[in-house]
Amino acid sequence: MEKLPLRITVNGQPYELCVKPKTLLVEVIRDHLGLTGTKRGCNSGACGACTVLVNGVSVKSCSVLALQVDGAEILTVEGLAQGEKLHPLQKAFLDEGAYQCGFCTPGMLMSAKALLDENPKPTREEIREGIHGNLCRCTGYNSIVRAIAAVAEGKYEEGE
Amino acid sequence: MKDFQYHKATTVQEALHFLSQYGAEGKIIAGGQSLLILMRQGLVAPEHVIDIKGVKELDYIRFDEKEGLFIGATTTHRSIEKSLLLREKYEVLVQMERKLATIQTRNWGTIGGNLCHADPAGDPAPVLIALGADLKLGKERGERKVSLEEFSVDYYETVLEEDEMLLEIQVPVPPARTATVYEKFTIIDSDMAIVSVAASITAGDDGGCKGARIVLGGAAPVPMRARKAEEMLVGEKLKDELLEEVGRAAAEESEPISDIHASEEYKRELIRVLTKRMVRRAWEKAIQR
Repeated sequence: MEKLPLRITVNGQPYELCVKPKTLLVEVIRDHLGLTGTKRGCNSGACGACTVLVNGVSVKSCSVLALQVDGAEILTVEGLAQGEKLHPLQKAFLDEGAYQCGFCTPGMLMSAKALLDENPKPTREEIREGIHGNLCRCTGYNSIVRAIAAVAEGKYEEGE
Repeated sequence: MKDFQYHKATTVQEALHFLSQYGAEGKIIAGGQSLLILMRQGLVAPEHVIDIKGVKELDYIRFDEKEGLFIGATTTHRSIEKSLLLREKYEVLVQMERKLATIQTRNWGTIGGNLCHADPAGDPAPVLIALGADLKLGKERGERKVSLEEFSVDYYETVLEEDEMLLEIQVPVPPARTATVYEKFTIIDSDMAIVSVAASITAGDDGGCKGARIVLGGAAPVPMRARKAEEMLVGEKLKDELLEEVGRAAAEESEPISDIHASEEYKRELIRVLTKRMVRRAWEKAIQR
């Protein structure tokens, strides 16, 4: 099958590649670009481990054709930290112990980022709704909700 | 997943042209939130995939006090959920969307794709049928309008012809003193419905029922009107005994099948209870308007 050109920006870095039409976004991110922070979980749109942001909105990258995001800006978990400096959500997840095996964490972080970008002061209920599309099978959700709430409450804001 | 040829359309005209060429061996993809799952399972293996996700001219929500509501086929679920206009004028659509799958799915999936996927347990169709929606379908040689009620013909099958696509969903202005409500039964919140019921009731000046539409999801191969139950309501006053009878009638005329989620018997019981509840809720809301 003929490959087609795909131009995307991932974590601020522009890429040009050629992909088969059936290539999924998660495959481009992990297998073509080697950004394995994004996890391939259920591979059927149920678990949310592959969540990334496309032009600022969260999607399940296992359920999107790569060619459909031609020209888009993608943010993956690798794009959260700035160099060695962790993103506030990442710090909060560490402090609250909001992960155990860590497999759902990249997806959780991206859903949390999308939520806070849209609604910087969510209620606990809104946080729960915000991560509704992400399954965690070990830690449970309370510590994750606490971590997101801590960021929303401004605990990780930096002074001048 | 099987390989396919990919055609990206950016206008309706382009999409219809691709369809006229490849429609017979092709499938349209919008958000692909249903289609890609079927393709990955090998249940659908199109030779050609026509991508309409980027057809911006079909991404809109418009309302006119006389003509009603118009939603373009590539409008995402999330746009419907977040629409202030819909929250004010068609709140039931917003409530339905809030429980449809997950945020990620709603961000990318489209209302048109959902309807064309024609899963009888889908959420939008029962609500839109209760609201009396029509669909505008287009092909290169012109357009036609069909009632959404007649759009699905079997599990995952619609009246769409090979070279035809859904362009727009049209919802009339509801009559005065009308309320529409919807609920689905699921084991996990926001899952696909095991069964669902939408009810739309128009109240008369005396509080009696002037008009009723009851639509069952997951209860037959297509979203179905519970017409016998509807007929029992018209001209009547809101009474517990009447609601009991209406619930029983809906359960009886439904055609659910046993599957891994629930037995036929259990689904009928759910339909009975949900119908009763939805009719009461819609009726009480309609009276207050």
